This record gives sequence, C-alpha cells and structure tokens, in this order.
Amino acid sequence: MRAVPVWRTTVDRDRCMGSGVCVALAASLFVLDDERSRAPVEFVAPDETVLDAADSCPARAITVTENGRVIGPRD
Amino acid sequence: MPVPVGDPVAYPFNEAAGLELSARYARAQRADGLERVRLPYGEPAWLVTRYADARLVLGDPRFSRAACTAHDEPREQPGRVTAGIGATDPPDHTRLRGLVAKAFTVQRMERLRPGIRALAEGLAQDMADSGPPADLVESFALPLPVAVICRLLGVPEADRALFRAWSDDAVSSNAAEQVAASMRELSAYMVELIAEHRARPADDLITELIEARDVEERLSEAELVEQCMGLLIAGHEATAMLIPNFVHLLLDRHGGLGWLRDDPDRIPAAVEELLRFVPLRTGALAARWATEDVEVGGVLVRAGEPVMVSVGAANHDARRFTTPDTLDLGREGNRHVAFGHGVHHCVGAPLARLELQEALRALALRMPSLHPAGEVVWKRRSLVRGPHTMSVGW
Repeated sequence: MRAVPVWRTTVDRDRCMGSGVCVALAASLFVLDDERSRAPVEFVAPDETVLDAADSCPARAITVTENGRVIGPRD
Repeated sequence: MPVPVGDPVAYPFNEAAGLELSARYARAQRADGLERVRLPYGEPAWLVTRYADARLVLGDPRFSRAACTAHDEPREQPGRVTAGIGATDPPDHTRLRGLVAKAFTVQRMERLRPGIRALAEGLAQDMADSGPPADLVESFALPLPVAVICRLLGVPEADRALFRAWSDDAVSSNAAEQVAASMRELSAYMVELIAEHRARPADDLITELIEARDVEERLSEAELVEQCMGLLIAGHEATAMLIPNFVHLLLDRHGGLGWLRDDPDRIPAAVEELLRFVPLRTGALAARWATEDVEVGGVLVRAGEPVMVSVGAANHDARRFTTPDTLDLGREGNRHVAFGHGVHHCVGAPLARLELQEALRALALRMPSLHPAGEVVWKRRSLVRGPHTMSVGW
C-alpha cells in the first residue's frame, strides 16, 4: 500500500510582512495572527492553492515540503 | 439596527494638491456605519475608512475586483479600466501574479540593493555638482525608479520622455480621449518592444514573460502586453511621487534630513512611517463588489454593491495607530496598508521599499542640508498626490 502524500506548510514569521496575500487565497490554510501569517494546520493533503500562496508571497515566507523535499515556492 | 442612509456625498473629499486628509475621514471613522459616496463617474459606493474594515474588504474573497467588468465602476477618470491584473480575481489573478511575483520578492530585491544605492548616490552627486537650486522631481525622484524599472523589464531608459507623458495620463483625471490615446500609444510601444525582445531575448522580465507565453502558454498575448504596461507604469509612478512627498514631510515636519544622516539605521522604520503617513491617492482604492451579503463596519453590504477603501484614512485610524496624525519616524508595530492588503497587495512593494530607503539614504548622506527653495507646485487632476515640481537648495 502506497502512503498518501502529505504536504507540510511552514511560515517564517520573521520574514512575513503581513501582506495578507496567503490568507486571501486560502483562508483554511493560513490565518493572520497579530497581523502576521501562520499555518494553523501544518500537514495538509496536496492542494495546488498552497503552492499558489507560496509563489505569491512577496516576502518568500512560505515553504511547502513533501517528505522533506521543498516543492514550493516554485521557480 | 440598519443605519439610515442619506444621499451619497461627493467623493474624493479633497483635492489632489497637498497631502492633507479631509476632516471628513476622521468624522466618518467616528460615526456609525459606512458613508455612501458618489464619484465623478459610475455607480455610488460604500466608503471604508477604518483600518479593521479596510483589511476585511481587501482580504476577503467575498469581495471581487473582476466584477468591475459587469458594472459602471465608480471612478475619478472618465475612461473605464476593464483589463489587466487589477481587474481579476483568483484563479486568473493568481496565475498572472505568479508570473511576476518571484521577480519582486524581498530576497531578489536585496540583490539589487548595491546597484540601486550606486544609482541614487550618483544622482545625488550630479545634483550637488550642478549646484542649487534643483527640481527634486526631475533631477532625482523620477530618474531613480525609471532607471530601475527600465533595467528590470528591459525598456530603453532613453525612451523615458515618451512613456513619462503616457504614464502621467494613466494616473490623471484628464479628458477621456487624451487618456485613451495615451494608453493606445503605450500599448503600441509595448507591442513593438515585445517583438524586439522575441527577436533578441535578454536577461530581463519582458523576456521572462514572453517565455511564459510562448513556451509555457501561461498567459495570452493581450495579457502579456497588459502585464508589461502595468509593470512599467506601476513600477515607477508611485515611487517617483513618494520620494518628493517624503522629502517634503521631512523638511516640513522633521527639520530636514540631519536626523537620518546621524544614524542611517533609522531609515527603514522612517520609510514605513512615511508610507503610513502619506495618503498617496487622492481618493480610494478601486472598488470591490460584494459577491454575497457581508457585514462591514456595522453595515450589511448587499451582494452586488461596491465598496471602496481609503487606505490613507485607514492608515490614520486612531483605533489602530496611536496619535495617527503625528509623524513618528521610530513608530513600532507599524503595519500600515499603504501597499494594500490581500491578493492585490502591491507585488512591487519590496522594490518600492528598497528604492525609498536608498533614495533617503543618498540624500541624507550626500546633501544633509537639503531645504526648500520655493513653494512646492502640487500635481492637480491626478489620482496620486505629490509635487509636480519641488525646488530645493542645500
């Protein structure tokens, strides 16, 4: 039986500038806390939106990994 | 309790000239509900002036920009803008933004800092060498961001005089025919420039966008032209206006540039405070239409109704910022919304910050005795506020 892939989302809160881009794109995956973003659910099922959020972040503060391999932001 | 609604009031509240915010904003912030406003053109709208409401409307997917194509958009210009990234919602918006977002991240911008520093210092030195007085706009504030965006995009700097006139029209409330003619000329210019880049690819953003179209089919030809036009205008216009606005405030309210020269580490926080303090837009951000009923600031905004956000007012909201009308260059926790908020948050914000920091640094270090040499001549009939000319001495 193959394991279902799981993505891990992390937000570097020191880098975050609170633009709100990620929260507006994916309110279920990001929340603004003290005007900075965090990912309330660390592990999520693969979802293109989380990669979009990582790509769109002006601070490059969001990292998405799959089994330890960085898959977002995409170049 | 529904708030009784009177006739919409005329908007914008203030003229383009100067940087004062009309007292009507503070009154609207203190009052219950939202104001109903009517702009020179288009349907009436709700006006948001409070910081928390601004972040709600700008950050919530229940408010749509794409809806502008189906409405008579409330606006200051006679012509309607129905194309470009500003007229889209996700997922179209995400696709278009993703194409350029990686070119403007904080990390990519930091690599440009040495070059931008040298450029700013060079311009300040040229100004110093040619002797006072000088027009800060023409000698410094315009050439700096124009040179930077031209190099990033791959636009010849020598064409500055051409696109400056088109760009001025893009952010003015000039006659519809004049604005439309300028946009057609800018579009034709960009089509030609894209053809040249197709023939001779280079290490620049226009080439990168062409590859995204031709190789990966991630955008249409019309979108490619609009993206390039948008980047050229948005990439310099606001920064060129903010530099003289910042210098004007520093000279007028802070006794000059000496405080920044004494400790240049003060510059980043000072830039954030100046961004918060300057109401760059004469009016509000482009309208967002509610796609379902949403309560905003005590008012039930009905599906299909437009809401406009004054970021200038939100940045002076006493509920969020202590002593909002004081220019406090060391202000902490300064999470202003000068670059907007949510999916349309300015993609070029990291570049603008970098240019503004380096502009102030170069002026503070090279000409710390900078002072006014006459009255500021303010732009009029403009969607963005700032000096048309600003004579300075040193």
